[in-house]
Parts: sequence; C-alpha cells; structure tokens
Amino acid sequence: MSPPLPASLLSSPAAAGVLSTCPYCGVGCGVRATVQTDGSVAIEGDGAHPANGGRLCVKGSALGETLDLDGRLLYPQVRAAAGAPLERVSWDAALERVASGFRRIVDTHGPDAVAFYVSGQLLTEDYYIANKLMKGYIGSANIDTNSRLCMSSAVAGHKRAFGADLVPLCYDDLELADLIVLVGSNAAWCHPILFQRIVAARKLRPELKLIVIDPRRTATCEMADLHLPLKAGTDVWLFNGLLCYLERHGGADRGFVAGHTNGFEAALSAAQVDCSDPAAVARICKVAEADLLDFYQQFCATQKVVTAFSQGVNQSSAGTDKVNSIINCHLLGGRIGQPGMGPFSITGQPNAMGGREVGGLANMLAAHMDLDNAAHRKTVQTFWGSPTLAERPGLKAVELFAAIDSGRVKAVWIIATNPVVSLPDADLVRRALGKCELVVASDIVEQSDTNGFAHILLPATGWGEKDGTVTNSERRISRQRAFLAAPGEARPDWQILCEVGRRMGYQGFDFESVHQVFDEHARLSAHDNGSTNRRPDDECDNEHDSDVSGRRVFNLSGLCGIDRAQYDGLQPVQWPVRRTPCGASEGTPRLFLEHRYAHADGRARFVATAARSPRHALGVEYPLVLNSGRVRDQWHTMTRSGKSPRLAEHIPEPFLDIHPQDALLYGVREGALARVASRWGEVVVRVQHGGGITRGNAFVPIHWNDQNASDARIGAVVNPALDPISGQPEFKHTPVRIEDFPVSWHGFILSRHDIAMDGITHWTRIRGRAMQRFELAGREAIADHGQWARQRLALSDAEADWIEYEDRNAGVYRAAYLREDTIEACLFLSRRPDLPSRAWLAGLFAKDKIDEGDRIGLLSGQAADRAAETGPTVCSCFGVGRDTICRAIVSQQLASVAEVTSALRAGGNCGSCVPEIKKLLDAELAAPSCGKRA
Amino acid sequence: MKPSVPRRQSLVVIGNGMAGMRTVEELLKLAPLLYDITVFGAEPHGNYNRILLSPLLAGDKQLGDIMLHDRQWYADHDITLHAGDAVEFIDRKRRYVRAKSGIEVFYDRLLIATGSTPFIIPVPGHTLPGVTAFRDLADVEAMQQAARAAGHAVVIGGGLLGLEAANGLQRQGMAVTVVHVMDSLMERQLDQPAAALLRQALEAKGLRFLLSTQTAEIVGERHVTAVRFKDGSEIPADLVVMTAGVRPNIALAQRAGIHCERAIVVDDTLQTYDPRIYAVGECVQHRSATFGLVAPIWDQARVCGAHLAQSNHRHYVQQATATKLKVTGVDLFSAGDFVGDGDSHDLVLRDPRRGVYKRLVLKDDCVVGAVLYGDVKDGPWYFDLIQKKTDISSLRNRLLFGQALCTASPS
Repeated sequence: MSPPLPASLLSSPAAAGVLSTCPYCGVGCGVRATVQTDGSVAIEGDGAHPANGGRLCVKGSALGETLDLDGRLLYPQVRAAAGAPLERVSWDAALERVASGFRRIVDTHGPDAVAFYVSGQLLTEDYYIANKLMKGYIGSANIDTNSRLCMSSAVAGHKRAFGADLVPLCYDDLELADLIVLVGSNAAWCHPILFQRIVAARKLRPELKLIVIDPRRTATCEMADLHLPLKAGTDVWLFNGLLCYLERHGGADRGFVAGHTNGFEAALSAAQVDCSDPAAVARICKVAEADLLDFYQQFCATQKVVTAFSQGVNQSSAGTDKVNSIINCHLLGGRIGQPGMGPFSITGQPNAMGGREVGGLANMLAAHMDLDNAAHRKTVQTFWGSPTLAERPGLKAVELFAAIDSGRVKAVWIIATNPVVSLPDADLVRRALGKCELVVASDIVEQSDTNGFAHILLPATGWGEKDGTVTNSERRISRQRAFLAAPGEARPDWQILCEVGRRMGYQGFDFESVHQVFDEHARLSAHDNGSTNRRPDDECDNEHDSDVSGRRVFNLSGLCGIDRAQYDGLQPVQWPVRRTPCGASEGTPRLFLEHRYAHADGRARFVATAARSPRHALGVEYPLVLNSGRVRDQWHTMTRSGKSPRLAEHIPEPFLDIHPQDALLYGVREGALARVASRWGEVVVRVQHGGGITRGNAFVPIHWNDQNASDARIGAVVNPALDPISGQPEFKHTPVRIEDFPVSWHGFILSRHDIAMDGITHWTRIRGRAMQRFELAGREAIADHGQWARQRLALSDAEADWIEYEDRNAGVYRAAYLREDTIEACLFLSRRPDLPSRAWLAGLFAKDKIDEGDRIGLLSGQAADRAAETGPTVCSCFGVGRDTICRAIVSQQLASVAEVTSALRAGGNCGSCVPEIKKLLDAELAAPSCGKRA
Repeated sequence: MKPSVPRRQSLVVIGNGMAGMRTVEELLKLAPLLYDITVFGAEPHGNYNRILLSPLLAGDKQLGDIMLHDRQWYADHDITLHAGDAVEFIDRKRRYVRAKSGIEVFYDRLLIATGSTPFIIPVPGHTLPGVTAFRDLADVEAMQQAARAAGHAVVIGGGLLGLEAANGLQRQGMAVTVVHVMDSLMERQLDQPAAALLRQALEAKGLRFLLSTQTAEIVGERHVTAVRFKDGSEIPADLVVMTAGVRPNIALAQRAGIHCERAIVVDDTLQTYDPRIYAVGECVQHRSATFGLVAPIWDQARVCGAHLAQSNHRHYVQQATATKLKVTGVDLFSAGDFVGDGDSHDLVLRDPRRGVYKRLVLKDDCVVGAVLYGDVKDGPWYFDLIQKKTDISSLRNRLLFGQALCTASPS
C-alpha cells in the first residue's frame, strides 16, 4: 500500500486530488489522483484536460492498483564483483561507482565506449539531463531510447517531409475531419481514449467515415466503415497507388504542389513504377480491388482527411518510406495545415515526444537541432557552456547493443526500460549485457529481465512520486505531479543523472528544482531562435530572412523564466509556445497554417518512396509472418500494469493468435501450447483464434517476460531488421514457424503465497486479488500427485486441512489447502487441458471464510448448487429431503404415504421413514408451510 | 349372507414376514379375489418391519412404528392368520401343510417365505443363557432386558447387523465390544478407508473393537460371564450377541423334498422345482445368489405376486444392491461392486476435516460401485446410475461432486 503523504508533496490539497498525466500511451490523458485516508489512491479522469476531457481507459483507471511497493527497488545496490549478488549500499557509494566507472572507461577507451539507453517513459526533464550529460559533457551521442522502437520512423519521415520532427495537427482535427484513415493502428486497444473520441464524433456526425488499414481485423475494425486487411508490409504500395490515383483522378492540388512543395515528380515516377494500376496494387496488397478503389475514391473525394498511423507503419524496415508515402498523399491534395486534415503520428509512449524535443535520440542534438549541423552544435555548446559536444550521430538502440556485444561499448546506463524483453533479437541483448564491463540500471522495480545483469541498481521514483512534464502526440506539454512520497531512498532520475554528472567533474548540473531543468530546456529551445514572440510563419519573418534557416519551430520561448509556482500551475499547452504581447504564454494547436515548412526554403518535400518488401522473406523453414504488439490491458513489460488484478482479467496469458486453418496446417490446437520459432529465438505460448488474423500471419503480444512466464519473451524471436534511415526495428514482420508443444499434463495453482516454478516445463504467473495464479504444463509425468502437490505448495503439516480428489486413470488430481475455513491454495492437474474455470475459485480468496457450499464444490471448480437444496434427508434409501417431500405434497396434492412413495419413491424401500412422511403429510394438510421453509 | 361365489383356490403362505406379506400385497393388488389365503407365522405377532429392529433396540422407534400389518389388516382382507404356529410338514402329493398345532390346510398354491435363521457359532458355551442372536422381536426384548442391568455386552460379528446391535446396546447403556474375525468392519459393504473412518466414528461414540479376533469359547456357569478368544485373552460379558451372519431357513423345504442347494432354488418367476410351490425372500437361491437386503426381496415379491395372480408377465432380474447403516450420526452408503478390478477406474474424494470419503468405481464409462462416507446425499443417485448403466463419460470430472453439480451448467 502507498505510504501516507507529507503535505509538502501535494501540489494541491489531497481532498481535491492532484492533477497529473497518465503514464501509459501517447494520448497523454489528464488524471486526478486522490490519496484516500487508508493510503490507497483513487484515480479519475481530469475533466479539464483537453486530451481526454475526463475519460480514462481501463489501464488508466486501474493506476491505483499499480502503486503498491511489492517488488519496488528501494535502495541502491551494487555487486562487489561480477557474478556476486547485489548488495545494498549508500547512494554515495553507488553514485561514486557509476561516476568513476564511466570516467575510467571514457578516459581509457574514449567517449564512444559508453552509452545511455533511456526511455519514452522518462519525463522531459530527466531526458534533458541525460541528453545533456552524454552529448555535451561525456561527448558522445551514444544515447538512445526505447522510443527508437516506437516512432523513430515517424520522426525521420517528418524531418524528410517538413524539415523537422513536426506533428502538424491536433486531436480536435480527428473530430473535424470527414474521413479518418487509421493505418497500422489498433487505436481501440492501444489509444482507447483517442478512439473513443472518434467513435463519439461519428455518433454526432455519421458522415465522418472511418477506414482502417491493418493486416489484422482488430477491435478497431469493428467500428470502421471499411477495413483493408492488407498484406503485412505492403503499405508503401498502397499509398504509392493512392498517389497515382489522386494524380490521375483530380485529387491533386496543383497550386499547392507548385507553391509549397518540392520533389513531386520524382515521388510520382517512383510510385508509377509498380503502383499506377490499382488492380496490380490490390494484388500486391492482397485486398479486394473494389475495397481498394473504395478507399482511393473516398480519399480523393474528401478534402478533410486525417491519416493517423502508429506502429504498424513505423515498426518496419521501410517505416520511414511508409510515413513519407502517407505524407506524400496529403501533400498532393494540400490536405495539410488546415483544421480537420493531415498526417498524424500517434505515438506509443507517454513522453516519446518529450524525448524527441530534448534530442534524446542518438541522431539528434537537442531542442530539435541536428548533430550534423555545425551552427546547431555551436548554439547548443555555447548555451550549455559545455567542454565538448558530440560531433556525429551515436549508436541507435539495436546497433548499440550489438556494439556492446562486440565490445566496442563497454559501459551502459539503462534508465526506465527493459531491453532484454523489448528489443528485437533479445537473446543477443542478454548475451551482450552478460559480458558488458559496466551495466548500470535505474528502475522502480527490483527484479526485471534486464536488472538481473546490472552491476549497479539505482532506485528511481515512479509515477505519482515524480514531478515533471510530458508531451503527448499532439505536441501538448502536460505536468506529471507527485502525490506520493518517494519510497525508500528512491530519487528522481534527473537528480541521479545530475549527481553522476557532478561526480564526473562537470559543471552545469547544479539544479535545485525540476522546474529549473524545464526552464533551461525552454531557454535552449528559444536560444538563437529568432525573437521570442514570433512564430515561424509570422509574415514579419521577411525581416529575418538571414536566420529563417536557423529558425526552429520547436520553441518554448513563452515558457522561459518559468518559476516554481508557474511550473506547478502549468496548464496543458501545445508547443510552439510563444509569449503574447501582454506577457501570457500561448500554445499552438496547428502548424503550417501558412504553409511555411521547416526546410530552409520553407517548402515541404515529396519523398520518392520506391516500394520494397520486408527485409526477411518467408521461406519453407519459416513460412509465417510474426506480428507483435500490445494487448488492451497490459503495458510494455508489465512491471506496472502486471500489478493490477483487474488488468490481468482481460488476457491473463501470453498467446499465439493464428488463423484456424493455419492451426490445422501446422498441427497446433486452440487452447494447447505451441512453439513459435524464428532464426533468432523461440517462445512457447498458448494457441488461440479470433484475433482476426489472416492466413499466413501470426500474432504474439509483447508484454510477457521471464518474470511472469517461462518462455514468452517474444523479443527473442523478432528479427533485428532495421529501417535504414530511422533505425527502427521491424517488429511487425518476422518469418517464423510454429509447431505443437506436447506436454503430458496441464494444470493451475491459485495461492496466497508465491510458488517456486523450478522444474516446471511451462508456466505463467498472473496477479490476482489476494492471490497469485500459476498456469502450468509439464512434460515429465507426475508419479505421486498428492506428494507432488504438497511439495509444490510447501505443505509439511500432515494434519493440515487438505481436500483432495483423484481420478488416477484420467490423470486428474485436485487439491485444496485451507486454514480455519480460509482457502490458502488450490491446485488442479489434468492430462488434458480440460481444467475448470479459475474465476469462481479466484473469488474464494476474497472471502475470509468459505461456506459449506463453497467447500463441497471447491474441487469441482464451482459452488455446490444451493437451488438444489433438499432440506434434511427424510428417506435415506432414496435420498429424499424434507423440503422436496413438502414441495411435492403441496404441488401434487399428495394425500397419503403411498402417494408420496409413488411420486418420490420416498418410503418405498426399508420404510423406516414412513412415520416421518406421515407427520409431514399431517403438517402440510393442516397448514401448508414447510415447503416454503428452509 | 354373502352372494355365493365359485370356490376360490387356496393359497397357503408359510412365513408371516416382510417377504411373504409383501408378496401377498402385490397379489391382492392384481387379483384381490383369486385366492382364499392362509398365513402361518412362527412369531406370535402380525407382520413387522425387521429392518427397524435396530432403531427399536436403540430406542429411536417404538413397536407401533415398525408394525406393517396388524391383525385387523388380515381380517380386512379375509386372510386367515395363524401367528405363533409354525408349519412343520408339507405333503406335496396331497397338497396340504400341517402346523405345530396340528392344523392342516390344503393348498392349490404354496408360498414358502421362511426367511433365514441367525448363524450361532458353535463354540463351547454358545447355548448359555445370555447368548442371543439379533433377528426378531424376542431377541430385541432379551437384549433390552439385559441392557437394563447395564454391564458388558460382546457382539460377535462386525457386519451391518452387528454394528447396529452394538450401537443399540450402547445407546441402552451397556459397555459394548465388537469382535470381528476380519481386519476391517463391514468388509462386504466397505473398502478399507471407509471402514477405518467408520471405526473411528463408532469408537468416538464409545464402542470398542477387537478386529482379526476369533472367539474360542463363551465362558459361564449358569449364565454367560465372559468371552475367551483363540489367543487365550478374555473379556467380561453379561450379554453375547451373535451377528455372524444368517443361514437360509430351508429345513422344512428340504424335508418336503423340494430341490435346495444353499437355499430353495427358484427360477426367474420365483417358482420352485414343484410348480405349485413358490418361494421368496432370504430362503431362496436365484441364479446361485442368496439375499439379505430388502430391495431385491421387494422385486421378488412383485414378480412372485404377479405370477400367483396368473398375470405372469414379469421376470425377476437381480439388481445391484445398496446398503445404508442405520446408526445415528454415521452416514454411510455403499452400492454395487466397490472393489473393482484391473479394468475398473476409481474416483476418490477425501475431505478428512469434514469426515467425508467418497469413492466411485467406473467400468466402461459406467458407475459399477459406490462407497460414500460422511456425505451420502448422492448415494441414491449413484445407485440409480449403477442400475441404469448410464454412460457418465461426459460427467466424469464432476460426477463425484454430486448430482446438483452435474445437472448444473458445466463450468
């Protein structure tokens, strides 16, 4: 349970609750957190937040269940030597180890021998310090982030088309559009609130059409007017085809193209190579030509089109081209820079955008300035007054861990992310960390697949404890505010980074408060960036033509000099933020209203995107396409969402979703286990259908890992193919094969206490209310079930209250352990996957005493039917109860024992109950009542 | 003056017990006017429910509760009853019987329902006063008599009847020891685990048990004072009850030259080798089986009654039988073949804290046997499944949890 709060930590009285921002997806919903008197935290939507207007999805609503301290990392820990166990040390000792370790390696091997691998979960301020330390002081650009796995293709696409990483539009435009095209986005599950806004808008305006382009028929498709289940990886053909179609069918705005863009001809001819004929495109994309044309026609006929895209587009070896092929189509018709239209990258993480703004990626500098731009480097270095500055791009996520594996990078500091689970070819990551000279991890959890490799573990504050800002998909900067005390010795990441910076002997890390970090970030954005109260598309820019090229759209000039009170009161605002003449700060809902783009010439770029297939083709050995992604109620590697019993109910186990005919073809059965194997690795998960998977495709969720499953790290299977420009991995297309994973028994355990899983072939741990659930399967047959069960549950007491059921020939064994009528644990085993529902059993753990009916039914997995209550037995020969007899006497008007006997057989054998039956008859005939009794 | 009716045939019934009289009832249902009926009974009462002697002994029931047919009933049905007058001789040529009193009655049809007699182990002293069986009202009176003086009772035989007798005597205030040659109680109805639970329960009620113990001698001068065993040990006894089983009572039939083996051999219509003579109950042997429980005897009575009524359309088919122990506070049910064999499958449920043990024996997806201890509510249902040979494969995983759960929607 969360500790009580010192009032000092509350930015507003607890009663009123604290306004913050949800730490999950990129929608960035406002939440109001209220600490209850019992220490628990009530979560509700912030009605005033523009992103969600008070709505929250199930994950957000369950945030209160994720704040307990189970498994929290509370103290710094270090290993005395490699292989030695982690031991608690003082912050001082730990920070000294980090600083001296990095210092030593930088001094002996140069700055590029060290790296940071950070996270889109970090707050902007944390991110800013990490980037500043690595690029400005250590002097390497080896800082990359898990956002690389998420939206780096969108960043690259934006930069190619617009000259900077700019998202032109805002959420309101989804409601103002006449056509929304969702590409590679299961928004219904992954951005639920945004999707609900779309659904609500369609209720109000049925003429707002929704087209979904996705190889899977996801929940999102259920709401769509048209679903194009295109073949995985053929998006560029689809949009090149659209480009040709628009050009041919009057969907082009010649004036706009001529006036505001470059490169159209090249883009068109690249598209025309193989995409000018819709029929051919339909064949390549494996969609019905009629549906394809329907999509093209609607796009062509509608000016207000928003094309929103997510990982299905970004996570591809052609991700950047996919993004640009989409943007090309918007540029051709001038469908950009006006309300209700534009290409819209919907990011996956709460602060992927913030990371981009501070430059926390290996190929960026800071504040949307570029590493390969000398002027930018000068600007930043002078602003920072830093001793050095990285001169060339650093290693991107996948390359970074390859470099660790090859020994080029000898020290890595991993902050708030879990690469051993989330990166492609994740077994290589594990190998690499295993031999890395220095691995530092900052985290909020003690146990994770990655932290197991850390030489130094640093406890960071988590959501609800930390203070700072995040930026959502529509460029909206919102505050995350603390409403809980930092547990143990946990510290904010920006402080930890500053401490290390100071200990490495650097100036420029002496911040007293997080708002000072934000202020510096804001000032850097405005530094050398034109006069602070002008927007890039102000007409008066002509006076400044000299520095138009230096003008950056990302500009927080309106927030420079912010003080603590203003920072704490900061309302959600969309950058660029300028200062109005009257001194207020004003955000910017939309960019490009004047069609001035960030390229030096102010024009947008068409990019020639020659379509190409995914990096690794299918073959005989690996005939299926693996697609990985999120499920509705879990988040990333489950370190937070995995704590919530409510969230565990939706999808408790990792699974493989495939088409039933493929299941037949490859000999796997729904509900049974299957191995999913690629050239890089394998997992074993349960087979299911119904996820709308087309033939030849397979889907496995990304969340499960070695902490909660025996064999479900799908990252190990995913190929490390990268987009050549963005470096984003191809998570959506790995050639795999699947095969049956035979086991000799299936089972599950529900227990109030943790159960050791050693020696069990296959298992998944699931958080329940007041208990944990373990799904099990084994290969070695169990000789003595009773003994095995007692050992598993660590039950030594022979006198324990132990109920057991056995059907040995069927290999069925069930047992329950109770204490004073409270269920401690139960265990069900069977040779076949025919185990009873866990739901009712799980409910028993909520009771402090289970009743007779529960106990009788327990090992059957359901309550004994109270309706079938017959009352105390009267005729024991035929087991007829008093209530049954009374009911019969009344309902069938029985008048004699003989009639009762002929009706119910009662009294028909030994006859010893005949006198009682007589009594009941007399009683009933006198005053019909006992039938209603009991 | 009754209207003159053609002379009716004569049916003579030897034995005024449950089997004989149930047969007469079944007969009267079908052909109330077919016979002049004469009933001879060795005991000086109407017909009472022998099964209820245990509750009677225990004091749970009164004599009135266990009477099935009082003398008025015989009168109402024009049945001539000679109670306390045993038949001693059957003349099959002339077709008449002679009773102890000398009464002779001609028969067209004869029904032998002489039941069985308790087996008194012929150890030295078995004739001493204070040694009794547990078979009829007289025995119960004798036992209640002895019980008034409290003291020690020894029950020889740990079967169903012995345990009920022991329980009754203990309830009447005697210190009771049950002596059994086998190593577990009710071995014909219970498997070892159930028998063990039963023993615990009865010991908790104050009964003592000597298992795997053979009686050598019943000690006493004028009256029993002790029981000595093969191992030489000895325990005091003011009352010895022999419940070491029963023997079909066939002496009369044998003297009449009716074909008998262990009992009077009958066919599927309960007819003996003499076509005019039928037999029912514990004195018959049908397809090499003899009978001690009431259920099959009711079936025999139904078939035999039908044939006597000349509406002979029924055949007697042996059914599995179910047993219940009539000991208050001990719930025990057993039915069918609870031993099983190599091809049979067991379902077992153990809940010691609740004092529950259940075991079903399955064969070819049918229930063939059941032993229930502590929770017997579903016994009759399992018994029904056994008799109907219902295919339970679809219920297998829930079967042992009872009818309510099996009929409830699957989980």
